[in-house]
Amino acid sequence: MSDTSASAVAFVRTESVPASAPPSNAAGPVKWVKDNLFAGVGNSILTVLAILAIYMVLSKSMPWILNGVWDAPSLSACREILNGETGACFAVLSERWNQLLFGFKYPAELYWRPATAFVLLFVAAAPVLFFDLPRKLLIFTGLYPFLAFWLIWGGPIFYPLIALIGLIVAYKVFVAFEKNNFTMALGLGALSAIVIWYLSGFVGENSALLALSLEAVPSRDLGGFMLNMMLGVTCVSLSLPLGIALALGRQSSMPFIRYICVIFIEFIRGVPLITLLFVASVMLSYFFPPGSGVDLFIRVVIMITMFSSAYIAEVIRGGLAALPKGQYEAADSLGLDYPQAMRLIILPQALKISIPGIVNVAVGLFKDTTLVSVISMFDMIGMIRGPIVASTDWNGIYWELFGFAALLFFVVCYGISQYSQWLERRLATDHR
Amino acid sequence: MTIMTDPPKESFRLSMLLNDSRYRSLTLQVIAAILLALVIFYLANNVATNLAALGVSISFDFLGAPAGYDINQRLIEYTSQSSNLQAAFVGILNTMLVAVLACITATILGVFAGVLRLSNNWLVSKLMSIYVEIFRNIPLLIWILVIYGVMTVVLPAPNAFRGDDPSASMFMGISAFTNRGVYIPGPEFSRIFGETGILSAGIGWLVAIAILVGSFFGARIVNKRATRIQEATGVRPATLATNLAIWFLPLIAFFIITGLTFVVPVLKGFNFGGGIKIGAPLIAMWLALSVYTGAFIAENVRAGIQAVSKGQTEAAGALGIRPGRIMSLIILPQALRVIIPPMISNFLNITKNSSLAILVGYADVTATLGGITLNQTGRAIECVVLLMLFYLIISLTISGVANVYNNSTKLKER
Repeated sequence: MSDTSASAVAFVRTESVPASAPPSNAAGPVKWVKDNLFAGVGNSILTVLAILAIYMVLSKSMPWILNGVWDAPSLSACREILNGETGACFAVLSERWNQLLFGFKYPAELYWRPATAFVLLFVAAAPVLFFDLPRKLLIFTGLYPFLAFWLIWGGPIFYPLIALIGLIVAYKVFVAFEKNNFTMALGLGALSAIVIWYLSGFVGENSALLALSLEAVPSRDLGGFMLNMMLGVTCVSLSLPLGIALALGRQSSMPFIRYICVIFIEFIRGVPLITLLFVASVMLSYFFPPGSGVDLFIRVVIMITMFSSAYIAEVIRGGLAALPKGQYEAADSLGLDYPQAMRLIILPQALKISIPGIVNVAVGLFKDTTLVSVISMFDMIGMIRGPIVASTDWNGIYWELFGFAALLFFVVCYGISQYSQWLERRLATDHR
Repeated sequence: MTIMTDPPKESFRLSMLLNDSRYRSLTLQVIAAILLALVIFYLANNVATNLAALGVSISFDFLGAPAGYDINQRLIEYTSQSSNLQAAFVGILNTMLVAVLACITATILGVFAGVLRLSNNWLVSKLMSIYVEIFRNIPLLIWILVIYGVMTVVLPAPNAFRGDDPSASMFMGISAFTNRGVYIPGPEFSRIFGETGILSAGIGWLVAIAILVGSFFGARIVNKRATRIQEATGVRPATLATNLAIWFLPLIAFFIITGLTFVVPVLKGFNFGGGIKIGAPLIAMWLALSVYTGAFIAENVRAGIQAVSKGQTEAAGALGIRPGRIMSLIILPQALRVIIPPMISNFLNITKNSSLAILVGYADVTATLGGITLNQTGRAIECVVLLMLFYLIISLTISGVANVYNNSTKLKER
């Protein structure tokens, strides 16, 4: 063995050299810029082009937006204020704000009613969207459709109330008989609701029950962004149960039911929404009994609901098909019958898989509600193209209005899709 | 020890219709059939009563009657004396035209945006995300109206091109961008097909397309032969010059023989004449459909490329394949299987969304058959049914093609 020791060596450093900072071009913002913006010749060219594009857009739009006039009675007055400089006439938004939101026929003194309904919509939707909220809030969600109907259309509270009572009784009957037989419970529930609604028809015209009422507003007076919101919310919520039923029907082992569902879904998906809206506006009234006079809003709701339910059915079918076959077999081997297996085992999982698709359909549908302006309903776009641009005060204004509409739709649709991504992360049970 | 015996044979009881799973599905289907028949009968009865009350009946005679309105943008001969059926046919061709144009540009735009969104360049990828999010989240209807607004409000009127010191000038001296549309040089075959006009130019182009198809098969034969030689000897003969000759020589010869010339649009009276006019509504529809659907296609392309695992690239690299070939031989074929099905459904969406053309006055089938013809004749049921039938046929055809494609590219597993 050698007897050289540490002390025999002339010099040994006892402490380690402190780490020095990386060179400035290998860390920090310089490295980030080098890696992400100027990694090569092609990359640098792309960066320069992108900066150029951003500059061109901003240099045109920023002066226009920042120099905007927010207070003027008409386009000519607005141009006078601008005095030849570039600038937007946002005054049209402040002057026609109520028309853009509520349409031009809704009585101005009643604006608080749809506004309240809109605010309450968030309260009603919250427990559905966020699972952490107390479940008791769902009771309000159940009451909301009737409350919103009463607020927006007015009339005696008796009618929405009786509809609500009918549904509650039907639900109670259904729960009571559910243990015996699902189909029978469903039938009995429907029957009891119909009986209650029928009995309510005997309430006299001057009955005290009809006394409590808000001023009635006919549905042809609805308009503006309110109409888009109403169509979107109503049709999505109505088409969900219908879509689930269609998807289950399409997967059914009974050929007759399967064929009906396939034909319905493929037909609806094969034609553009606008033709269905034509049906609603010119053709659907032929299908109702003579003299029933179902108004345009209801007809449009019927057609849009059919439209979106076909798309939702396809999304849910994808979810059903994505479930492993073992889930179906496990449910069968536990001795669950079809309704039990679907409600307890299959649908909860299939719906969870389908959420992103359903949200996509909902966003698409909300965008498509603007199509009703083609059949001369005055939704937001209808208001812009019709009463506002055609008025003498604002004839010739264009970008401010469409920019505002685009912004409004973007905020809503982008918000919904961000929510869906959050929900997907939240529901992800595979630990990747 | 137990003795197995057959269960006693049950005789058929009525309750078995609901309780026995052998018969239950049959019972339910019969009930469903009866309900459906009742609903259909109820609706048909309502329709019959309503029509009788109005004193009209369903008839398709109006299709043969003169339409009585003009159509600006058209691909075939049409006057206001032509029948409603011909008007509908002009509309169908216009729908096809805008759909095909938009499909091509939307694909190009979508592929570019989708690939650039995956770029290493932070700025470019963010810019593409903004493009995709903005266009996906704002209704197509708004885009159509905005682009139509750009066309009609911002671009100069043909009048501005007039005079010694015009406020607007023609692009490169051959095309004019006006608020009535874009005028570009139009090809004309001055020999053989004789008279100038839509018809002769149409025949000329058909022949040109036929020649191109012939060239395609010719090039295939050459390439197949080259592959055969390569497989036999290991050396691939040079095919570039032959390919170029096969593709271009016949076409150039055809153009020289027929005397192809380009007619530049010139200002005549209040408007431009000569050349080809692409109307403002067509351009608005085309651009709006392209940028809107391009955003959706970009998402599909991005998802498709990301669906191919990185290991594939690494494995191909480990085998010593060059980067360009890795893309064309390994990544793209796998990515395309994911990209193409949603791409086809996007094409279908373009076709259906082209029905919004009625907003800007582009005479597609919805605007002619479902718009003016419906309003003039009052034949609501007939028009809407025919309109739906047309879209249904298109949709079913496209999804049929999609199914064939999906089946042929499905992963063949055990």
